[in-house]
Amino acid sequence: MTTASPPPAVLGTQPKPAKRAQKRPQKRSWSGWLFIGPFMAVFALVFLAPIAYSIFLSFFRNQLVGGNGFVGLANYSQALQDPQFWSSLLRVTLFLAVQVPVMLLIALLVALALDSGRLYGKSFFRISIFLPYAVPAVVASLMWGFMYGTRFGLVGNINSALGISLPNPLSPELILASIGNIVTWEFIGYNMLIFYSALRVIPKSLYEAAEIDGASQFRLVTAIKLPAIRGALVVAGIFSVIGSFQLFNEPAILQSLAPNSISTFFTPNLYAYSLSFSGQQYNYSATVAIIMGVITMVIAYAVQLRGMRKES
Amino acid sequence: MSVAVEPTRTDKHRTRQRTKPGYVRMKSTRRGVDNPKRSVLLTVLTGIVLIYSLIPLVWLFINASKTQADLFTSFGLWFSGDFALFGNIGDTLAYDDGIFGRWFLNTVLYVVLGAGGATFLAVLGGYALAKFSFPGKKAVFAVVIGAVAVPGTALAVPTFLMFSEMGLTNTPWSVIIPSLISPFGLYLMWTFASEAIPTELLESARMDGAGEFRTFFQICLPLLGPGIVTVLLFTMVATWNNYFLPLIMLKDPAWYPLTLGLNAWNAQASTAGGEAIFNLVITGSLLTILPLIAAFLLLQRYWQSGLSAGAVKE
Repeated sequence: MTTASPPPAVLGTQPKPAKRAQKRPQKRSWSGWLFIGPFMAVFALVFLAPIAYSIFLSFFRNQLVGGNGFVGLANYSQALQDPQFWSSLLRVTLFLAVQVPVMLLIALLVALALDSGRLYGKSFFRISIFLPYAVPAVVASLMWGFMYGTRFGLVGNINSALGISLPNPLSPELILASIGNIVTWEFIGYNMLIFYSALRVIPKSLYEAAEIDGASQFRLVTAIKLPAIRGALVVAGIFSVIGSFQLFNEPAILQSLAPNSISTFFTPNLYAYSLSFSGQQYNYSATVAIIMGVITMVIAYAVQLRGMRKES
Repeated sequence: MSVAVEPTRTDKHRTRQRTKPGYVRMKSTRRGVDNPKRSVLLTVLTGIVLIYSLIPLVWLFINASKTQADLFTSFGLWFSGDFALFGNIGDTLAYDDGIFGRWFLNTVLYVVLGAGGATFLAVLGGYALAKFSFPGKKAVFAVVIGAVAVPGTALAVPTFLMFSEMGLTNTPWSVIIPSLISPFGLYLMWTFASEAIPTELLESARMDGAGEFRTFFQICLPLLGPGIVTVLLFTMVATWNNYFLPLIMLKDPAWYPLTLGLNAWNAQASTAGGEAIFNLVITGSLLTILPLIAAFLLLQRYWQSGLSAGAVKE
């Protein structure tokens, strides 16, 4: 307890003005570390140390002659010329460009519909649409994978019932869209909830003022609601960007159902995984992972900058 | 990436009103705008998303009630043949000497220690970020937020190598320790604590000579209730659903969590000589998601108010 509280007499002599009006500056002391310390200690062990180790690994290479040797940036230049790496990066970029906007738009529309108060059975909608978030990616992928299946899946059912032949969702051409559908299904509710929570705290006085001015529902959305939840949109955008670049679970699990459609370098994460756990190329795998980390951070940062610029 | 900015005065005032007295539900009090005409069209349109969200779950339930043979011959979205759900559950629990039960207990162990520990650390840390000014606070925030963007594999491979040096791989610790950190939980707790705990209250407690830990556990912790439940639910989901981490850390099926076990059962069909047990995969999936769905339904009240407080800070 280094922050012994001052005796009341001393406190009384403190300058009074502006005491209530603004947040008093908190006294700087080390006692905050009592509380953040445990988090940071574990954080250092499971985040900082592995990242540092990764960077270290990326400068070495296990060579046939001479064993593990320092190679400088050779792993990085190899990665940047690696067609498999580029193809995986291109794939998740495409995924990001299509899936994220679709998902966020649907989530936003549902959140606006809920917030408008014009739905019958609102709370049923809210909880039901959120439920898929509680489903593990493994179960979601298995479930959708079975439904996609032409053997005992829904697609197979529809084909035999209607005598048509729908394209196979697990085929190489459609697999990315099929994965996009799974991810969208999993996260619409989560994003909807973030937007909805932000919408709920808009001051009611704003609506009243707009009502007096005779603003339409549409104007209400574009002029008040969307600007008010911009922060939530940016946060959801950043999380979605990060999620897309880290795409792993869904393709990894679908791999056993669609081995011909999902290669070992389908996404960068899958590629890094295969490199280290099937190929034992730990150094190169770490390099790929670091490059992806840097790209992710840059894009997440860009999303944030863009989101914040609209503020002015 | 300081997405969150200090709340404005009005924000703060409003949340405090809403979150403090018994955590009143987010019942809106807007009049006029508040009770608009219900719209059938809008309900139907939103209903499409609702159906999309629920259909796979309905499919899962229906197909968990079918025998392996019926699975292949019947229409996916309706019941067929005998209602074999209970038989399937029995088979799932009995298969391979009841390994499913073992996986379930493993998952519970990882969730209790991993998510429980993660919540505890996030609550302490979030409180520190919200209510203390300490040297290195900005650095803490920057580092934590920056680290979120690092892909799982960037961490997974070196963590695996580190843990195998320490002899931790293929033990429960290799799954529990990395689960202890939830940057999102820290962020939620930080936003929640800065609004739920009035600074004046802390100051008067300190003035009375209460130690920092006593102040925290006796005065602040009760105020953080909904925030804690929210963080706990989200860390529970994260650990319950964890797949990647156990996948690389664990070799021995006896330590598998449910997610890894289900995937192993599914993959079994595609390996040569493996017995296809799709009905067990489907029933096992249903059993896997039930506890989480139940938790979310039962604790709705808490996590929804906890989350909305987090959203105030923009």
